[in-house]
Amino acid sequence: MTRKTRRLWLVIACVACLGTAAALILRAFSSDIVFFVTPSQVMASPPPKDRTVKLGGMVVAGSVHRERRGETPVATFNVTDGQAAVTVHYEGILPDLFREGQSVVAIGTVQPSHDFTATEVLAKHDETYMPKEVAEALKKAGKWDPRFGPPPSADSWNKMTVQDARKNTATQPASN
Amino acid sequence: MSASPTFVARTGNFFHRYANPGQFLKLGARLQPWLTWPAILLTLTGLGWGLFFSPADWQQGDSVRIMYVHVPAAMLASAGYAGLAICGLLSLVWRHPLADLAAVEIGPVGASITALCLATGSLWGKPMWGTWWVWDARLTSVLVLFFLYLGHIALIRAFDDPQRGYKAAAILALAGAVDLPIIKFSVQWWNTLHQPDSITLTGAPTMSSSMLWPLALSALGMGLGFAAIVVARTRAAVMESRIRALLSSPRRRGNAA
Repeated sequence: MTRKTRRLWLVIACVACLGTAAALILRAFSSDIVFFVTPSQVMASPPPKDRTVKLGGMVVAGSVHRERRGETPVATFNVTDGQAAVTVHYEGILPDLFREGQSVVAIGTVQPSHDFTATEVLAKHDETYMPKEVAEALKKAGKWDPRFGPPPSADSWNKMTVQDARKNTATQPASN
Repeated sequence: MSASPTFVARTGNFFHRYANPGQFLKLGARLQPWLTWPAILLTLTGLGWGLFFSPADWQQGDSVRIMYVHVPAAMLASAGYAGLAICGLLSLVWRHPLADLAAVEIGPVGASITALCLATGSLWGKPMWGTWWVWDARLTSVLVLFFLYLGHIALIRAFDDPQRGYKAAAILALAGAVDLPIIKFSVQWWNTLHQPDSITLTGAPTMSSSMLWPLALSALGMGLGFAAIVVARTRAAVMESRIRALLSSPRRRGNAA
């Protein structure tokens, strides 16, 4: 074994040990590394009411109620992960991307009634990017309703050009 | 056993043949225009297309155009550090002098592109998410990468004897490489505010091709630009070390006396 070979094995061993150590640390702390808890987690074991938690999930279609209390807008909506839903109350201006079916992260506390009082609401957008015309065409064709979840599989739309989409929307009779 | 002596010796010979400083100066001089000009051309085309001619996103509107700078910067931040780690390996195992010079030069370029990634990400996060910064796994691991770059830059220049700095920085570069898979998989392992990858090896890209093309051009252009800057800086460093060797050679000192 030459000195170079020995050094190579030494480096490999050190990096492997370090990688294992990092993996174990991250595994041990993974419950703290996650950015938000889900509604079913909150329902299963409600955190103490003085602890600030981040609640993440999808805004349930048809659950959004906006009103004004004096100058401040007040919003109430349900957030779901598909298994449980939590009602969120929020006083303040919602982010532009907030809509029904959007993923959001609400920061606040859980009340004894299992309702959630948010001090801040962040919008989480998904990893799909498409022009407005393509989104309209998918909606018109009945393939997708953004209020109820993510768009259909990417290869069905990612090659559609804006011109195609305009043509599709023009020829298709309006379904809604 | 992949690392039999012949493998190690062959790898060493390969690098000594094609990447020794003298050979590198010749190769670099020929390579430089082929990196610089395509880089400028592709970056301008990609960014021009992305910023002015590609469609706006259906929900993010025109804010999506930050992507054409942010995503290439993020890719290069990780790729640059992978480059540092490879230089570290070459330096520690094969004591390759060019790897040390390249590591000195990659550091500041990589740190700048990581800063660009963090800054554009923050500018994008405010209008879309509603916050400049959150401590989610993706954002935090990229911030750690930025600090690793800064640490590397400081460490490699911290010793009077450059060889000691090279060695310490090579160890840091290899140890810090642990952060790279964490950055890459952070959006899959944990839930984050940052969305998962749109472009994956396995599935169709969840991005309209009218946005994917300008992004690909801009990523290619910025990647070549990164390479062009690193090659130019490394050539300058090789020439500088040669001049320094000439100036401090005993013959010259004899003449001066």
